Amino acid sequence: MRGNGDVRIGVYVCHCGSNIAATVDVEAVTRYAEELPNVALAREYKYMCSDPGQELIRKDIDENKLNRVIVAACSPLLHEHTFRHATEAAGLNAYYFQMVNIREHCSWVHDDRERATTKAKDLIRAATMRIVHHEALEPRKVAIRPEVLVVGGGVAGIQAALTLAAAGKHVYLVEKDATIGGHMAKFDKTFPTLDCSMCILAPKMTAVKASKNITLWTCSDVTRVEGYVGNFKVTVRRRPRYVIEDLCVGCSRCIDECLFKEGKFPDEWNLGLSKRKPVYIPFPQAVPPVALIDPAACIQLKTVKCKMTFVEACGERKAIDFDQKAEEKVIEVGAIIVATGFRAYDPTPLNRYGYGRLKDVYTALEVERLLNASGPTGGNLVRRSDNAKPKSVAILHCVGSRDENAHIYCSRVCCMYSLKLAHLIKEKTGAEVFNCYIDIRAFGKGYEEFYRRLMSEGVQFIRGKGAEVTDVAEELRERGKLVVSVEDTLLSRIRRIPVDMVVLAQALEAGADAAEVRRMFNISCSADGFFLEKHPKLAPVNTVADGVFLAGCCQGAKDIPDTVAQAGAAAGEALALIDAQFMMMEPNTASVTEDLCSGCRTCLPLCPYQAITRDEQKNKAVINEVLCKGCGTCVASCPSAAISQKLFTDAQIFSEIQGVMMHE
Amino acid sequence: MSKPKVAFYWCASCGGCEEAVVDLAEGVLQVVDAVDICFWPCALDFKKSDVEAMADGEITACFINGAIRSSEQLEMAELVRRKSKVLVAFGSCAQQGGIPGLANLFDLKGVMETAYETTASTVNPDKTRPKTSHREGNHELTLPELWDTVHAVSQRIDVDYFIPGCPPTPKLLADAVNALLEGKLPPKGSILSPNMALCEQCPRKDSKPSDLAIKEFKRPHAHMIDPEKCLLAQGFLCMGPATRGGCESLCINGNMPCTGCFGPTDQVRDQGAKALSAIASAVGSNDEGEIENILKGIVDPVGTFYRYGLATSMLHRKKMPAKGA
Repeated sequence: MRGNGDVRIGVYVCHCGSNIAATVDVEAVTRYAEELPNVALAREYKYMCSDPGQELIRKDIDENKLNRVIVAACSPLLHEHTFRHATEAAGLNAYYFQMVNIREHCSWVHDDRERATTKAKDLIRAATMRIVHHEALEPRKVAIRPEVLVVGGGVAGIQAALTLAAAGKHVYLVEKDATIGGHMAKFDKTFPTLDCSMCILAPKMTAVKASKNITLWTCSDVTRVEGYVGNFKVTVRRRPRYVIEDLCVGCSRCIDECLFKEGKFPDEWNLGLSKRKPVYIPFPQAVPPVALIDPAACIQLKTVKCKMTFVEACGERKAIDFDQKAEEKVIEVGAIIVATGFRAYDPTPLNRYGYGRLKDVYTALEVERLLNASGPTGGNLVRRSDNAKPKSVAILHCVGSRDENAHIYCSRVCCMYSLKLAHLIKEKTGAEVFNCYIDIRAFGKGYEEFYRRLMSEGVQFIRGKGAEVTDVAEELRERGKLVVSVEDTLLSRIRRIPVDMVVLAQALEAGADAAEVRRMFNISCSADGFFLEKHPKLAPVNTVADGVFLAGCCQGAKDIPDTVAQAGAAAGEALALIDAQFMMMEPNTASVTEDLCSGCRTCLPLCPYQAITRDEQKNKAVINEVLCKGCGTCVASCPSAAISQKLFTDAQIFSEIQGVMMHE
Repeated sequence: MSKPKVAFYWCASCGGCEEAVVDLAEGVLQVVDAVDICFWPCALDFKKSDVEAMADGEITACFINGAIRSSEQLEMAELVRRKSKVLVAFGSCAQQGGIPGLANLFDLKGVMETAYETTASTVNPDKTRPKTSHREGNHELTLPELWDTVHAVSQRIDVDYFIPGCPPTPKLLADAVNALLEGKLPPKGSILSPNMALCEQCPRKDSKPSDLAIKEFKRPHAHMIDPEKCLLAQGFLCMGPATRGGCESLCINGNMPCTGCFGPTDQVRDQGAKALSAIASAVGSNDEGEIENILKGIVDPVGTFYRYGLATSMLHRKKMPAKGA
């Protein structure tokens, strides 16, 4: 039907090469569209997104007086912008355009040509019914705040913060622990170069402290995120450390003069392998280099009965403050980088490996600390049971990884850190080291070379997953030893290897609070629990939440080079966003029709952007259009249908649904 | 000039709407003064033939209450429609299908089985059921045919106006009659009650918090109800936010939650869906298990959200088994 009344729709059906045309009968769809009410013309074209394709639209608007444009092609995510632009270029308002996705919704997901064609017709018919109700709209220009929040002060967060600071942007770096540094600060050396981990990290940590552009908040948690891309409002809770950060110089005198002459409480930094005092600095290179007091351990904070020798030691600085309270900071930022890291898998549930039951079974992270000069033993690798140097050590790979009982995924770093630990153990103790592995995954730059080096150093490699660790001897040579059972798949036989120490190459898993963090930042998790990137290839640091980016192991297990690279990418994306200063927003805001609002308040608590307030005088809801992001939550909830949303009016949605349902 | 003729008829209803007419009390006398009641089977002795004898359009206005679920009701509705200038669907059943509309959750077979066999008080060892015809000697006795589906009046015949309520308030009826007499009727299709949800006029509106954060849905029979505080704030499922006002907050003033009898406001397509959406958003938890537990407090979701409106809702009825199946 041509040009029925005032509405003149042009329908363009794209072949997308053979992407659509192979499964959808484009010609039949076009002929069908031609006959629909209000459709002035319908055309098919091989690539609508190409310049000549767009030119068709421009020309038809001009010559055939179209006032509505429908393109049936791919996802609006990809080309809605392109076609809106083409529509606008011919002088028609961009919002008189509607896109129909017959690729992702039809050709790519169906193999029955006839039915895929019918579905394409249905979707186009729905669009022709919807577009009649379209109105001319103008996009909104919204200012973007120039500050960035980085959550997590591991190497990822540090790198991202430094990159942004170097570009002159102000960064809030929020870390839950008392110091930045994260897991990397716990490692002894890094593979494959065997750089001292702290030696390469400490300069970056110091740079954070020194940067005028970075506000570093340790002992802090993000508790609330409001707003939206470009204009987030974030609440950060700073827990008391009972030491005034600006006054403490990290001289350690208070620690020396603490009533406890020896450490008595498990030192978190050394994974409980050593003891610390109630007042402590996590490690010598901590940033900020400021003491903190553990309220669960400090006598003064618990009973007010301390002799206060350590306060005297602080003297005139008066840096110790027992009255410090948790403090809430509210900041406004344009972008957020989530770099909350990972949790090392606890192998206790894998009972067969004896962790927690057999004293000399260690996790890899514990061994990192034992090998580290600032660790609990000053870098001497000695056994828990008898303080003796092990003469033989077995490293079991894939503990918690590639395991249906724990995590199905490969943690990507365990092979390489196991090789590194093997090297370091051998170097420090001369022990014979056995690696029990499924496959050696040495995929990075210089990794395979490192593996070869290890083999030449005489480290033993046994191809087979460790089956069990036991202290029950079956023969003389096993007495007093830990025995690792493993099927050597290269020799096709079960081996029992008696050793003095077992190291479990534990998996990396999503942070304990990943679900909570995910909800707070409105991002998604993949099935493995790690945060989900927007696209695995083309948007690896973006998330479904615009303006929220990912860096480091919170997105998936990865090594330091990948983490640093990803952190740089996240900083780059954030920079691109905030540096634009303004952005155009879809004019899809909601508004309240005052005459219909009963003042029932249903919508008030639902707005994720705090855009709805209540006019107390009139007893009506009011939507602040600047804050509204067009999510539609209030629209759906309004029991009087007093709230309507541009681009998604009831008339548009219902006619679209009706159009789909009008199956011939 | 003769007085305008007014008729009242009832279809599938409980009789409460007729009561509402009687509830005009002295007001009914004014109505009787002003109009000539020409047909009111509930109260006065008229026959179908009396109506048939009238000219088409002779009745100025006919108020029909009750839903349409039988051949007889449809026949009568069509008859009075023909004879009336203005036809008003009066009360929830006529407007939206009402309580009888909940029969759309079943089919006729199920309804009959329940009514004539399975209820606790039924004694019917021979499983006798009403039949549409019966021969007694030379006489054939017939009964109207009852249908699977209950319809609102406007789903079967052309309706000019709607007066909502279970039952409508006498005030709404009086206002309608006056508007009719004064010729001040709104556009055809209007619902003769303010287009604004009940919350707006609710005497308890100031005690409604911004975030209800409902942790438990309470049922009125099992708890004491604070007579001052917003019922939703107390955890009682009140349909007020999703229900058209104009009822003078009668239930609220009686310390009972709104059950939704006035139906939705004009721009709402489906009262139940809207109420469900609003109430579900007010649940005060983010934990899936806890949410499920809280929602278990709504024991009869259809009977709660679609108590009066099922027949005219987008759901309309339970899917009927395919013919021949």
